[in-house]
Amino acid sequence: MSTLQIDFGHAKPRIVGIDLGTTNSLVAVMDLTGPRILSGIVPSVVSVTESGEVIAGAEAREMLITHPERTVYSVKRLMGRGVGDVQDELRLFPFHIVEGSESVLKLQLGDKVMTPPEVSAYILRKLKEDAEDVLGASVTQAVITVPAYFNDAQRQATKDAGRIAGLEVLRLVNEPTAAALAYGLDKRKEGLVAVYDLGGGTFDISILRLHDGIFEVLATNGDTHLGGDDIDNLLLNIALEDLQSEWGEDFSGNASLVQLLRRAVIQAKEALSFAPSATIELEYGPRKYQREIDVQLFNRLIEPIVERTLGPCRNCIKDAGITVEQINETVMVGGSTRIPLVRSAVERLFRKRPHTELNPDEVVALGAAVQAGILGGEVEDKLLLDVTPLSLGIETMGGLMSKLIHRNSTIPASETELFTTAVDGQTNVLIHVLQGERELVKDCRSLARFDLKDIDPMIAGMARIQVRFLIDANGILNVTAKDLRTGKEHSMDVKPSYGLTDDQVEAMILESYDKAEEDFKERQIREARVEADAIIGATEKAKEDEAYHALPDAERIAIDRAINELRLAYHSDDHLLIRDQIEKLNQATMALAEAIMNEAVGKALKGTNVND
Amino acid sequence: MKFYDALGLEPKLAIDLDDLKKRFYDRSRQWHPDRFSRSSSEEKQRSEEMTSMLNDAFRTLREPVTRAEYFLRESGLELSKDAPPELLEEVFELNMALEELRGGDESARGQLVLAQERFTGMLADADSGLSRLFASYDGKADAIVLEQIRATLNRRKYVSNLLRDVEKELNVHSAN
Repeated sequence: MSTLQIDFGHAKPRIVGIDLGTTNSLVAVMDLTGPRILSGIVPSVVSVTESGEVIAGAEAREMLITHPERTVYSVKRLMGRGVGDVQDELRLFPFHIVEGSESVLKLQLGDKVMTPPEVSAYILRKLKEDAEDVLGASVTQAVITVPAYFNDAQRQATKDAGRIAGLEVLRLVNEPTAAALAYGLDKRKEGLVAVYDLGGGTFDISILRLHDGIFEVLATNGDTHLGGDDIDNLLLNIALEDLQSEWGEDFSGNASLVQLLRRAVIQAKEALSFAPSATIELEYGPRKYQREIDVQLFNRLIEPIVERTLGPCRNCIKDAGITVEQINETVMVGGSTRIPLVRSAVERLFRKRPHTELNPDEVVALGAAVQAGILGGEVEDKLLLDVTPLSLGIETMGGLMSKLIHRNSTIPASETELFTTAVDGQTNVLIHVLQGERELVKDCRSLARFDLKDIDPMIAGMARIQVRFLIDANGILNVTAKDLRTGKEHSMDVKPSYGLTDDQVEAMILESYDKAEEDFKERQIREARVEADAIIGATEKAKEDEAYHALPDAERIAIDRAINELRLAYHSDDHLLIRDQIEKLNQATMALAEAIMNEAVGKALKGTNVND
Repeated sequence: MKFYDALGLEPKLAIDLDDLKKRFYDRSRQWHPDRFSRSSSEEKQRSEEMTSMLNDAFRTLREPVTRAEYFLRESGLELSKDAPPELLEEVFELNMALEELRGGDESARGQLVLAQERFTGMLADADSGLSRLFASYDGKADAIVLEQIRATLNRRKYVSNLLRDVEKELNVHSAN
């Protein structure tokens, strides 16, 4: 870290925009000139070291090869889901699920047990720290993007992850909508835009109307389990079959080899976007494996995956109440849209050459930063009107789902429903809230059960409790109940079907403070102290050198004074003061360092400032 | 009527759609929660309530059918759920034809295609009938006109369901 720290003093705290992706994550911020990516791509990988330390990002990605059993990737696929939902993933991903993970998955990583929101929180914390390092200020508020087709539980899990990471999540924004914001930002765009977003693990399609600074989502559709990961798995299966026949062994249980092979497969996949053929190459001990894949074979393999994206596109056009000819532009988002077959399929369906000039890896984070700018008041002429991707309803007699808020309704959206008792003296009413498009409860996603309790005993049908279902601007459900007879708010118990309860999240926030969380200021002090330790240590060592004793008295006194002053500053909680004194000690020891260098004995003092 | 209030409109059945949209966007700019992210929790809650009401109102009022249904409900008239008696015979024959096509009897197809055309025409008639009745009621609030609107809506809904069933069956079997 540079010793030059720009202190923003009492400047308004910056809200960052975060793309929390399946494969990679990014953080961006809104500047006067537009949105800007802060620091590099952070791989969405988390690992627990043998000493029990949790690491995230590029470092953790290396652990995928060396310690696959204590490392997790693509955790976004597990957000807001239960054990029953992820049986398919478990066949392909080396996740170790702990017994007793009914409503929230628990992953075993080394000797730690973590839920998906906690894992994601480590990725978010890394992004937060990266952003703080670049901005030179503490970051506590964020906009985080989610796939448009994420359901309530998946959104809530993402919000929980933010809270655990010490971030106030001011808004969840749908990824394709964020992309449209970045795309339409400085152009005076008007008209209908389709955003096709094929990422590492999810697929979204959204159709928006842009007019006069308003980005109005007309309809959205998608598949939260479709993406580049699926393509990797196809290639991986071929390679594993090859190995079985060539090397005579089934390696699918060898996590370390599978990760090496996965990396090789991804390289080949990426190369195939630019070359007519590519080779999957693996060296494992003395053995070598090579397999050439040409574009024809690759296209044949992935065609069913590309085809699976087209149905949601057609439904989305229909739901938007438009025809394909009316769409003015198509925007491509997500790394998988670099694949030529994907581009040609989209071009065929929308009858237009899609826009690919924006970096598909960055556009979502940039859009999130724009939304952060809207919330922060820096961007005043833009407004997003988004929709809920799935219908919301309640269970009625006979296991049927009765819809209250239809999909593609602009959010916030609300509906009220009157509930009463069915038998004399009944004191509670249970409401089962669901999300989905199907008629039967069993085909929809259970969100939560609300228990309207403590109803005064009375004749059946006399109670009048009005329940308000509100889907907020984040696409998350809020439920309140009012007793119409008393006009007072009616209490209820909430049992979420999937995900963490509020108490669990609170406990995790506390725990994260205990163990890993330290705020930006503490980190800066700690870093300054590490630097101070280094320079004091080096100076003390140099004092044993002959060159020190050869110095004039005044120089030696100046060095001792500088050390003492640094030691005094050391225990203050002002990192700038510590850094000032480090700089003074640096100055005071300049002549000494020079003398030692000249003598070419001992260790050069110059190398002691660890961060220069 | 609160949905009209939310958009600053007099409760009328006939609405200028461009004006409605403009009101919706102007009010969204003013009230959207994005504008209140740094405000007090009371202001935030108020913004959320205003915007959700605005969204619900716009969604309901922009379509003539949902608008009329809302207007009737607010006027104390419930929509009927019975089949319109004048269509009973037609529906009986239609169901037979649907059964035949489901059973693989392609000769029923012609009859269904004719029914499809007839129902599409009925929907268009209902829509133009509605706009005439809207203008009439807005001019003079006559309870008889409101009853006629109710009958038209009921018939329209029923025909629209029939059309959906016919089209579904025609599509399923042409796809095979």
